[in-house]
Amino acid sequence: MRESQGRYDNLDCDDNDNDNDNAAPVPRARVRLPCPRGIAIKPLFLHGPSPSFRVVLAVVLAIGLIVADHRGRQLSALRSALAVLVYPLQLLADLPVRYAREAQDRLADARQLRDQNAGLRRENLVLSARSQQLASLEAENMRLRDLLGSSFKIGERVLIAEILAVNLAEYRQQILINKGTDSGVFVGQPVLDANAVMGQVIQTNPFSATVLLITDSDHALPVQVNRNGLRSIAAGTGLGHELDLLHIPKNADIRVGDLLVTSGMGGRFPPGYPVARVTSVGHAPDNPFTAVKAEPTARLDRSREVLLVWTLSPDQRQDALSGVGSGAAAGGGVPEAPARRERRP
Amino acid sequence: MSEAVRRGAWALWLSLLAALFLSVLPMPGWIEEFRPPWVALTLIFWCLTLPERVGVLSAFAAGLVLDVTTGALLGHHALGLAVVAYVVVELHQRVRTFPLWQQTLFVWLLLLVERLLYLWVLGATGQPTPTLVYWMPTLLGALLWPWVFVVLRDLGRRAGIL
Repeated sequence: MRESQGRYDNLDCDDNDNDNDNAAPVPRARVRLPCPRGIAIKPLFLHGPSPSFRVVLAVVLAIGLIVADHRGRQLSALRSALAVLVYPLQLLADLPVRYAREAQDRLADARQLRDQNAGLRRENLVLSARSQQLASLEAENMRLRDLLGSSFKIGERVLIAEILAVNLAEYRQQILINKGTDSGVFVGQPVLDANAVMGQVIQTNPFSATVLLITDSDHALPVQVNRNGLRSIAAGTGLGHELDLLHIPKNADIRVGDLLVTSGMGGRFPPGYPVARVTSVGHAPDNPFTAVKAEPTARLDRSREVLLVWTLSPDQRQDALSGVGSGAAAGGGVPEAPARRERRP
Repeated sequence: MSEAVRRGAWALWLSLLAALFLSVLPMPGWIEEFRPPWVALTLIFWCLTLPERVGVLSAFAAGLVLDVTTGALLGHHALGLAVVAYVVVELHQRVRTFPLWQQTLFVWLLLLVERLLYLWVLGATGQPTPTLVYWMPTLLGALLWPWVFVVLRDLGRRAGIL
């Protein structure tokens, strides 16, 4: 291309030559066409910097952006500004699924609705019976914790958000929800479904937010075995239905079927929420640790609604936000960092 | 100049928006892994037919928007699309004269390059290596090229820019 530009340089037949003389130090030759552009013939040659220069610029810029975005979250302002622009498109992509569900609801006949209603009423009865004692148990728990001198916060606010059915980047475990900073969603906020922990918010936009699921390979969260309080870190594997438990000693008491709950050690997730159930415990002779795999209890691929939880006190929230600035997008900052380092022998 | 730039720009925007929409439209699970790279196909077409209007930097910008829409790392798609656009702009005069099957092969190669760069960034950022299904969308994209070509050519003609 550059060769051809050089060759056609002397064909420059612009009528105002004075301009050309004045602009002598311009390094790159421009080809001007003698006739008005776009009427008789199309411009054959490219204008401005050569494509080679542009592609080098674009590649350097892209790699710079990738590194900056991967290392920290400095680019979130740019990202949320662009996200506002594409939000209508995402809503549009969500429409077919929304209409399909609505149509399904409308087409349901009276008998189906009655059945569903009866089922819900039964479930409601069971749940409210179970919660009768909750108030007194909660009060008792707080009294006992007061005696122990530990501060513990049970009260929390939840907000229901809907998952937008939008196809996100392949090989990342992320979802998009329809609540953003306008509803007070913040980076690092825990996200639950009806059964268990789903993930945490990693990017907030004015009207939407991106949630990193616990199965993403960049995510890890501190957990403990509900049966005996054994602590560990549940790291995502990048597969949709599997978590790895890191650093379980050979003699640890852990069995298939054990329920893992959040331990609250990272300061990000409130303690006591179910996370996963152990599916396999392997003792390989060459591995100094027990290889434990677990399956998330949350219906990560089937939920339509999620719960956003506010549990952190204002101080903790400030801490969590500053932790994000240092690039720890996953789990709790403290236990997560050594885990990453030691995973590669 | 500005008039020439403005003329028919709606066709460019419309086709890119449609490609973006198709790449985020939810699909049933089994077809999800074969989703053709719509944005790459559209950009290849416009770089081939209008290299003086759609080039490396437009591809870069479209890639950034795709990154934001799909929640990928910023620059992840932009890198591959910019490189592909560069190759097309450099070779557009030769590729235009190719017979259709040869053009399809060329498009397949370009899609493979784009996918390879995407894989490289996935690996560099510590994501697990995907299975061989990862390469299937390029094949499907190449097979769809003749149709994409015809549809976009008609659109361009209707807009009076081709």
